Amino acid sequence: MMRAWLGCVIVVLIAVSAVLVALIAWLNLRGEDAVAGTEPDLAAPELIARGAYLARAGNCMGCHTARGGVAYAGGRGVPTPFGTVVAPNLTPDAEHGLGRWNAAEFWRALHNGRSRDGRLLYPAFPYPNYTRVTRADSDALFAYLRSLPPSSRANDAHTLRFPFDRQAALAVWRALYFRPAQPGNDASRSAEWNRGAYLVEGLGHCNACHAGRNALGATTSPLDLAGGLIPVQNWYAPSLASKLEAGVADWSDAHVVELLKTGVSARGAVMGPMGEVVSGSTQHLNDADLRAMAVYLKALPPPAEEAAILAALAASAASAAAAASAASAPAAGLVSRSAAGAKVYDQHCAACHGDEGEGVPGIYPALAASRAVTLPTPANLVHIVLEGGFPPVTAGNPRPYGMPPFATVLSNDEVAQLLTHIRGSWGNEAGAVSAFDVTKYRASGAR
Amino acid sequence: MNRRVATALSPLILALAVTGGARAAPKVEDTMAQRVLACTGCHGPEGRAASDGYYPRIAGKPAGYLYNQLVSFRDGRRQYTLMANLLAPLTDDYLRDIAAHFAQLELPYPPPPRATAGADVLARGETLVTKGDAGLDVPACIQCHGAALMGVAPSVPALIGMPRDYLNAQLGAWRTGGRHAMSPDCMAEVAKKLAQSDIAAISQWLGAQAVPAGAKPATALPAPLPLPCGGVPGSPK
Repeated sequence: MMRAWLGCVIVVLIAVSAVLVALIAWLNLRGEDAVAGTEPDLAAPELIARGAYLARAGNCMGCHTARGGVAYAGGRGVPTPFGTVVAPNLTPDAEHGLGRWNAAEFWRALHNGRSRDGRLLYPAFPYPNYTRVTRADSDALFAYLRSLPPSSRANDAHTLRFPFDRQAALAVWRALYFRPAQPGNDASRSAEWNRGAYLVEGLGHCNACHAGRNALGATTSPLDLAGGLIPVQNWYAPSLASKLEAGVADWSDAHVVELLKTGVSARGAVMGPMGEVVSGSTQHLNDADLRAMAVYLKALPPPAEEAAILAALAASAASAAAAASAASAPAAGLVSRSAAGAKVYDQHCAACHGDEGEGVPGIYPALAASRAVTLPTPANLVHIVLEGGFPPVTAGNPRPYGMPPFATVLSNDEVAQLLTHIRGSWGNEAGAVSAFDVTKYRASGAR
Repeated sequence: MNRRVATALSPLILALAVTGGARAAPKVEDTMAQRVLACTGCHGPEGRAASDGYYPRIAGKPAGYLYNQLVSFRDGRRQYTLMANLLAPLTDDYLRDIAAHFAQLELPYPPPPRATAGADVLARGETLVTKGDAGLDVPACIQCHGAALMGVAPSVPALIGMPRDYLNAQLGAWRTGGRHAMSPDCMAEVAKKLAQSDIAAISQWLGAQAVPAGAKPATALPAPLPLPCGGVPGSPK
């Protein structure tokens, strides 16, 4: 009796496993066409030129080039919480690059995340975005990559922990989170908005940074641009939908275009990983495409809680102003104050950023009433104070002004006091920063 | 009002600021000196070297040498995370401008610190610098860095006017593979033939030499380089 019952359980378990495996296999193959289609004329100069432009739009070189290495010959590691994924050689070398690939296989990699030999690709290669790229654009990219000088640089192996180094684990991940898609076309929107959506959601893969990730490293959807901490690097990519962070709903198109083209604008400047994006990608895009991206970003729906938070902030600012005019004492509304931090600021920061954080337009960012200062996490501020930095060199800003690193000058306590002061002064109302926060981000300095 | 008083009064000043007391806007000049404040934070005012004895002087070094170092830090031949992150967004053209800016500065050098080693160590250092060691197949420093040890424009750096600790660390890094120059990497070859004690002797002697007023890099090598160096234009291959 007992034995028969156990036998039943085993049969059921085997059957359920078989169904699950079949389901995962099917989910991994859905939307995948046979590798076919007419091969484009890879030597056509206009196709190659368009591919070169699209490679900029996707910033392919950013990952597929090692520091100081041959362009597109691979070798840069993308750090993830599961280990490091190393971008491979995309030059036309037969053994190590794309020399033996055809356009249909390249399209399958972009559209379905599957390599020439049938292996599943890690989504550090952002095919959850690239799946929205058209076949015509994929062919142009392929033609461009095949036009590059071949490099015989051998590919490095990924260094992922078990079980993330297994194709089976990747198959489960894909079954859960990846679905091939087509470029969207919303007939109710302008052609410009649709072009912007295509660039932002597809090649631009903006949400690879500007969205939170779950425990398995998946973003919720390419439409989500609600901000997130970039894993391992620990820079916070702010929300592009919220006015409280980096949303541009109330910017002019021209300011958005200027920021993406030059790295600086009257409304703000880029720094950290976004500097890399401007440097390697957006500064090379034409004004029409940048304007399309601006139109799309400006129309992103604001987060539900934004209006309530903005109203509360306005009320708090009004009461602070009332308190300040009633008595010449510090306003009560300021949430974080540090006298020690004010001292550090006067000694090291005020000469450039101004006694009241007013900055110098286009040169030294204002810290007063700054969204970059009041983000929910102080991660970026800690990085900037410790590491310093230059905005990217672009045609519009060819000789940028730099900020020195303070990693060897200020202790964790001093950085915490300084940032607490800045986050609670001149119209900023954000939480205090602890020495623990500084320690946490000090360790993740290398890019 | 001096800085200390200003600092002591800063809570009061901040209180005034809230009520609308305005202070002067920062003074910003459209100059290279203003742009490279990012460098002089560590390398000392105008790049004269920092007081901590580690960050080297960059003012007055040959432009080609400075440029090669900037590119090497950015591209990973030299390893220092702060430098690598800082230079990552900068182009070759801008790095050339930055190198040219520091190269053209003619600033006096402070007197050198006294050597801390004994006479025999200093004598060994002086011999290696001025005569080399044929037994080790090591050329004299002056054969490439100039008889005055002030470097040779455009790409060979000065060896005097540098902190002893910095010299020691760099020669040690070349010897162990932590620092690289453009291939063929002549300094790596030389450093690998030297014992740790030889490196210490060289650093001791060089670190104690005074830089004469108005000293500048030589304009040409005294004789062809004794071995090929990738970073030096016209070097034998």
